[in-house]
Amino acid sequence: MSVSTDKSLKNPGGPTDDRGALTGEVAPPISWQAPVAYWVVAALTVLVFALGAPTGSETTFSLATSKDFFQLAPLTVPAGPVTIGLGVLVAALAGYATYAAVRRVKVGVWVPVIVGIAFLLAFLVWSGADKGNAIAVPNMLTQGLVFAVPLAFGAMAGLVCERSGIINIAIEGQLLAGAFLAAVVATLVSNPYAGLLAAPLAGAAVAAVLAWFAITYRVDQIIVGVVLNVLVTGLTSFLFSTVLKENSSTLNSPPRLPVIEIPLLSQIPIVGPMLFRQTILVYILFVTIAVLQVMLFRSRWGLRMRAVGEHPKAADTVGIKVNRTRWRNTILGGAIAGLGGASFTIALGLAFGKEMTAGRGFIALAAMILGRWSPRGALLAALLFGLAEALRGTLSIVGSPIPAQFLSMLPYLATIFAVAGLVGRVRAPAAEGIPYTK
Amino acid sequence: MKLELRGITKIFGSLVANDHIDLVVEEGEIHALLGENGAGKSTLMNVLYGFYDPDDGEILVDDVPRTFTGPGDAMAAGIGMVHQHFMLVPVFTVAENVALGHEPVKGGGILDLKVARARVREISERFGFDIDPDALIEDLPVGAQQRVEIIKALSRDAQVLILDEPTAVLTPQETDELIEIMRELRAAGTSIVFITHKLREVRAVADRITVIRRGKVVGTASPQSSEKELASAMVGRSVSLGVEKAPAKPSDVRLQVRDLAVTNAAGAKALDSVSFDVAGGEILAIAGVQGNGQTELAEAILGMQPRATGSVRLGGTELVGRSIRQVLDAGVGFVPEDRSKDGIIASFSIEENLILDLHDRAPFAKGPMIDRRVVAENAERQIEQFDVRARSAQDLGSQLSGGNQQKLVLAREMSRPLELFIASQPTRGLDVGSIEFVHKRIVAERDAGTAVIIVSTELDEVLDLADRIAVMYRGQIIGVVPAGTSRDVLGLMMAGLPLAAAQTEAAKHPTHPADAGRPAGTPEVLS
Repeated sequence: MSVSTDKSLKNPGGPTDDRGALTGEVAPPISWQAPVAYWVVAALTVLVFALGAPTGSETTFSLATSKDFFQLAPLTVPAGPVTIGLGVLVAALAGYATYAAVRRVKVGVWVPVIVGIAFLLAFLVWSGADKGNAIAVPNMLTQGLVFAVPLAFGAMAGLVCERSGIINIAIEGQLLAGAFLAAVVATLVSNPYAGLLAAPLAGAAVAAVLAWFAITYRVDQIIVGVVLNVLVTGLTSFLFSTVLKENSSTLNSPPRLPVIEIPLLSQIPIVGPMLFRQTILVYILFVTIAVLQVMLFRSRWGLRMRAVGEHPKAADTVGIKVNRTRWRNTILGGAIAGLGGASFTIALGLAFGKEMTAGRGFIALAAMILGRWSPRGALLAALLFGLAEALRGTLSIVGSPIPAQFLSMLPYLATIFAVAGLVGRVRAPAAEGIPYTK
Repeated sequence: MKLELRGITKIFGSLVANDHIDLVVEEGEIHALLGENGAGKSTLMNVLYGFYDPDDGEILVDDVPRTFTGPGDAMAAGIGMVHQHFMLVPVFTVAENVALGHEPVKGGGILDLKVARARVREISERFGFDIDPDALIEDLPVGAQQRVEIIKALSRDAQVLILDEPTAVLTPQETDELIEIMRELRAAGTSIVFITHKLREVRAVADRITVIRRGKVVGTASPQSSEKELASAMVGRSVSLGVEKAPAKPSDVRLQVRDLAVTNAAGAKALDSVSFDVAGGEILAIAGVQGNGQTELAEAILGMQPRATGSVRLGGTELVGRSIRQVLDAGVGFVPEDRSKDGIIASFSIEENLILDLHDRAPFAKGPMIDRRVVAENAERQIEQFDVRARSAQDLGSQLSGGNQQKLVLAREMSRPLELFIASQPTRGLDVGSIEFVHKRIVAERDAGTAVIIVSTELDEVLDLADRIAVMYRGQIIGVVPAGTSRDVLGLMMAGLPLAAAQTEAAKHPTHPADAGRPAGTPEVLS
């Protein structure tokens, strides 16, 4: 044979025999990001919040609104002990996460969720320590939901499109178009519900342009999406300046969607007002998310749509029309985003204003990714972003020791960390962004 | 069910992919469609399956003309297809994949997965497939995925089953199993169209053989024809099967690989403590089923794997931890497995592709500028030497056929003085003529004293070229055996059996007795 020698040739059983000695060297690398992040949070909680709260200070939370049947008494807690307790809780979770990382065991989603909630509570207690004003929890939650609604609609739009393989960067434009048309139609007809019907049409129209270029002409989907955002911003701003401004009473003073209070349920302490004292738009959102969650993973429609987004050729070979499926879902997604746009104008009874969506479409995309392309996850992510926004408002009333601009940065900072791997590996639909041709 | 194609013609631009092709598949027969890559077999089947509209001709099912506007129509007519690249959604379960497109539903469009699972189980048991309906496709080995594809076709009552290059991804043992399945299906009355360019398999299983060359039917053959006759019909001239080469004259050990390990991004071991030597003037072939660490091994030697540990010494110089540039400068030539993606830059001209790794040095570089004249002369010479068929040296890489792209890569990599030459899948998808040429150049490089590593999943190629064979399984070298080791033993080793066990096992079940110990390169006779 040859001049060289080889262990495994001399000893055919070789590879299995000497495998054990080397196992340690090539074991998967330990993922330290999450435990390190938790330890930083624990340190912050104890060092800044617990030690930073004035000694013997107290924080007051009000837990009911004036309309509530059960008037829960405001809750007053001692700032120091509570923050220390929360810090210890976070430290315990950090310890558990470290142990799990060393053993290469995966921890559940509940760990980051509890860490986040504990950190938030500690922060609130610290911010409100020895301030004259109570922190109004139900108001903050309700406000958070108001902020979350367009994000959640946008995230649903994004995931319906992306699950079928079309990247929808144009959510921003679809929201804006929906907000615009909702305001104008509701004003013209003097009925907010008419605006609610018009908004999805505007979003769907923007989505149809996206689908036309992305599917029929196979233009890069991200470029089309960005261009569409600029186009819709320009178009609505132009119409606003030339037409709406002059005739604001006849074209741009939409009536407000009435708040529908659901009997009994809206009286649930703390969360009742947030969930059940809302406009019809919010209820439509809840239904949309629930239906999508079921249909996406358990229906024929969902199976076909996911097949088209994961492996379009496989779908084609079993007789599913790939591009038709993508067209339909892109337009459906646009309609959902357009409906979300109505939350900027008619849901609040506000007139349309230039660029009033202010980048929410992109935050909606972040919520979709953070929620791992699932309706339930995206809703939670949208709520997180919404709450962070509301927190900023609440704290500026209470008088926070931290500048509001810094606080408004926090949710996005959290998104970057989350997307970087704190919530586990994120897996996008395999065929998204790739035009399909036979 | 009888299937007939009459005068099928399909034209893409100036290329006539199918030129008046006639084909009749009788009920319950295995009809092999034999032809080289690019002969038009897949185009024909895609026409039949409703993917492409034919420009002329008609399809008859049981003597009734039919038109298929999409795969849905073809399936409804009882035609099923198992594609070369599986048409399965990796993140779906077996049941979901089989159901896709004709899903059983309860009210409101909600899937009835119970029915879907039962359907998979029923077919799986009928043919002894042993497939779990709830397994995720991405967790299944390739052979099992292929059986899922067959279940998928059968669950739609396919009476004609088209198998497109089904053995390309299988181990020899899995291939034997597939051939067994094909026979069972035939016995159950299913007709099979078996597309392949592998002569051995055609002779083993086909009832009739139709040979296609350059888009035309050039004749039919019986399975009794010799391999040489079939090859000649396929290529259109007499071909020499196998490679003519003198025995190796190995010099001193040139490459020493010790405990080379690679972890992939997910943290799993892609390469696990691999050690071997290669001498100058010998060819070591790395055999194994696709995805058992061969790609990582070749890339780790070249320095393309960031998470590599261990030692690779080329003539005393340590290569692990060096940059790719330094490795190339140490005298390593590399042919990547995906030539059109990693071997050339498709939008660059032949001239430019030939100096990709030399553009920054003399004689091609003059200071910061490239000397166009020298580059053109170099291209002229290399095109001549390596028989690259192109209109001019200005042609873009993308305009070349696969064979000519590969010649271009070889020309570039062999234009430097080499100590070590590594080629991954050097002839995958090439026509017979190009394969002959590539093999000759590789042997010539060996005879010039270079250490050569060939990574190939084609057992024929391994047997033709190798002076020694290392078999890889799950990131390890399961054994190194001399050239001329029998296919059976190699096949069992590729499935994970160590040499001794593989020999015992092969002796117990001699599938192809005439085959054992046959010298590489001579056509074998099937039992």
